[in-house]
Amino acid sequence: MLPSPFQFERPSTIADAVRAVGDSGDGMFYAGGTELLLALKMRVIRADRLIDIKGIPGLDCIAVNDINEIEIGARCTHRKISDDSVIREHVPALASLCAEVANIRVRNIGTIGGNLCFGEPHADPPTMLAALNARLVLEGSRGTREIPADDFIRSEMETVREPDELLRVIVFPRPAGPVTYRRFKHGERPSVNVAMAWSLNAGGSTIRSARVRVGALGSRPQPLAAVEDALRNVVVAEARRAIETALPAALDQLEVNADRHGGADYKRHIAGVLLLRNADEAVIAGGSWLK
Amino acid sequence: MTQVLAISFSLNGKTIVVDVPAHMLLIDLIRDRLGLRGTKRSCDMEVCGACTVLLDGGPISSCTTLAVDVDRREVTTIEGVTPPDGLSPIQEAFVLHGGLQCGFCTPGFIMAVTALFKTTPHPTDAEIRHYLDGNLCRCTGYTKIFEAVKSLAGRQDAA
Repeated sequence: MLPSPFQFERPSTIADAVRAVGDSGDGMFYAGGTELLLALKMRVIRADRLIDIKGIPGLDCIAVNDINEIEIGARCTHRKISDDSVIREHVPALASLCAEVANIRVRNIGTIGGNLCFGEPHADPPTMLAALNARLVLEGSRGTREIPADDFIRSEMETVREPDELLRVIVFPRPAGPVTYRRFKHGERPSVNVAMAWSLNAGGSTIRSARVRVGALGSRPQPLAAVEDALRNVVVAEARRAIETALPAALDQLEVNADRHGGADYKRHIAGVLLLRNADEAVIAGGSWLK
Repeated sequence: MTQVLAISFSLNGKTIVVDVPAHMLLIDLIRDRLGLRGTKRSCDMEVCGACTVLLDGGPISSCTTLAVDVDRREVTTIEGVTPPDGLSPIQEAFVLHGGLQCGFCTPGFIMAVTALFKTTPHPTDAEIRHYLDGNLCRCTGYTKIFEAVKSLAGRQDAA
């Protein structure tokens, strides 16, 4: 399969890239191409112009900023994130996640920004970044805006990003407790995934707050609000019991698509199993996360 | 009108200067324009690994890479890792251990294993399995392939 012909441009600044892509929707930003080229080859989308952002400096940096947040440039490949010392130290669950996306060739070229902007419901990073309370920073012709990860994906294959907005960086607070992620998959992409991030008290014995997101079930990652409520101010050792009590009702609240990955009841069940395993891992990790 | 771009890149150590349409795929440049047919097209969607080539030493799916993206970079194909006479140590190990049946996936496996040993000269069993997870063999000869790769772990001449 071959994509339809397109014009190819290589701007060297964000402003030039935004100008070049235009707001008519017939131009698209391009980096790794692991999602975009597949769709162009299958002719399920069409682009008249590809704007290659690989020549723009600074889009592939990873750092802890001066207010203790972690910044990941949108053009970072999955491989770069999985190998990065900052990510491995502060969010090892994200490093592990990126080490398991697709396969070695996709990880070598595919970027986290492309993954997010594609809006594929069966993806790993969106669920994790929502649990980490990440913000996505977009640069467009009308200036900069920050979108919470929870609000970025609108529905399947659709995000709130305008055609001429470039995702520049992903920012989230440095975790103050264990972060865990699990998925179940039997093909290339996750069928169900669950991410959980705890903020612990200073002593590491009590959960101050928890964020729990379930992904790949519906069109976008969803919070398990009842579980989050049940975990607030709970002693770490009691976390599993608190989750078990709140879980059945919380799972019933989820929007679940029955698809080739499984039926709705089955996927709800898997989500519960994955969450409890995450909880066991987080309890064992406990206060060792506090630095 | 189709946009044509001039690119210059290293292919198996040799400098190639060529004009390519912007939408041309790397696999078509390698196989059809440059005549190197060792790289195989199979799934055409980055899943099977048969089309694996190395870009600056790292594995990529040439079926889903634009030819313009290799401009000023180094591409290595199966022809580039095969000595003029005989076989490389990695290829020899595949033969010795029966790590191939129909052979269609083999160039992709050899390229992936080449990349693995560049970064990880002493891979563990788990590292081998994890790295090769994205290369499919439809003859399902995975055990023999694994044994071939394992026999190379730690060998000086594999990297």
